[in-house]
Amino acid sequence: MTEFSITTILLKTGFFHLTAGHVIMWLIGGAFIYLAIAKDFEPLLLVPIGFSIFAVNFPLAPLVGEGNLIYLFYHYGLEWEVIPCLIFLGIGALTDFGPMIANPKTLLLGASAQLGVYITFFGAILLGFNIKEAASIGIIGGADGPTCIYLTTKLAPHLLGANAIAAYSYMAMVPLIQPPIMRLLTTKKERMIRMKQLRPVSKLERILFPLVGTVVIILIVPDAAPLMVMFFVGNLFRECRVVERLLKTSQNELLNIVTIFLGLAVGSTMVAEKFLKPQPIFIFFLGLVAFAFSTAGGILLAKLMNLFLKEKINPLIGSAGVSAVPMAARVSQKIGQQADPKNFLLMHAMGPNVAGVIGTVTAAGMFLAMLK
Amino acid sequence: MDNWTFGLTMIVVGMGGTLLTLWILSLLMTILKKVFPYKKEEGKEV
Repeated sequence: MTEFSITTILLKTGFFHLTAGHVIMWLIGGAFIYLAIAKDFEPLLLVPIGFSIFAVNFPLAPLVGEGNLIYLFYHYGLEWEVIPCLIFLGIGALTDFGPMIANPKTLLLGASAQLGVYITFFGAILLGFNIKEAASIGIIGGADGPTCIYLTTKLAPHLLGANAIAAYSYMAMVPLIQPPIMRLLTTKKERMIRMKQLRPVSKLERILFPLVGTVVIILIVPDAAPLMVMFFVGNLFRECRVVERLLKTSQNELLNIVTIFLGLAVGSTMVAEKFLKPQPIFIFFLGLVAFAFSTAGGILLAKLMNLFLKEKINPLIGSAGVSAVPMAARVSQKIGQQADPKNFLLMHAMGPNVAGVIGTVTAAGMFLAMLK
Repeated sequence: MDNWTFGLTMIVVGMGGTLLTLWILSLLMTILKKVFPYKKEEGKEV
């Protein structure tokens, strides 16, 4: 016969198992919720992530153990790689590649903006992270949340929480991080460069782009296939214009549903015992380095290309290769208009902005090919 | 291979591979533009 006593009952409550670490994580979760609601920092992700951090740091609560609710979101959504790929379906369905197709050179700017990824990888190794951890930290510089989560889940799942938080936090801070670097690396004359209006893009080009992109990327970097396939099929839904129902679902309901599960699953990895270590502080610092060098990489390649081009590129659009869509493009527009109020760079900057998404996935594929 | 050498190799190979991949894609899109030029009758704009 089971003996019940007051002590046994009390020990089954969370009070006796609560630690300072749990309370600290509540505060961290609360801080992210505050940033999301009061400061509009990526609220779609930081609200569920913040709440999940808060929720999973209650002792004895059956949430993250094997078979528990949020563990199931993590296991079937992230460990099985489903959620990042479904998010990419939605992103592809939302993305207009017209500005990039009109000026294919901007693909190079999207590639050069991955400089921060590789430099941060190098820096992380020197700081003592192992190679797989360093790759998952470096990809933060691509400013692409789903790719960061996908790569980190494969290479260093114990860093998922810190990497995702760093990636989404810095994405929200693009308007703060990028402008000083953009002003430092460009002259006022360069910032005033006006670019020719973009040519019209035919429907056939828009339909062929996802097909051609699939062939090129997956033949060269096969490990990028899961993300790229979903990205390009979503884009094909958008451009073919004969599957409106699938398009609307991809852009709205599906994307929203997987975003909820993504946030809850990512936040659930940040339990006190695993998160409260020096590593996340290094990761936050390295994430900033990654963003800075990625911004610089895009601008510097644009300046280099201008040495050979007759029709000059405004180097400010190079910084939009950091694939925080469309915020980085808006920053290029804003800084350009500070130099010349009649200079409209937004559509030109959208080219490298969306190209940066492809660049980041390519970089992730390179890491997987070499390190998996 | 020590960390310095490996890291520098990754920068060169990774960055080079990413640039090459997207350069090939840009080349193909430029060819497609010439093969399937925009026709004004479509009335489509960027």
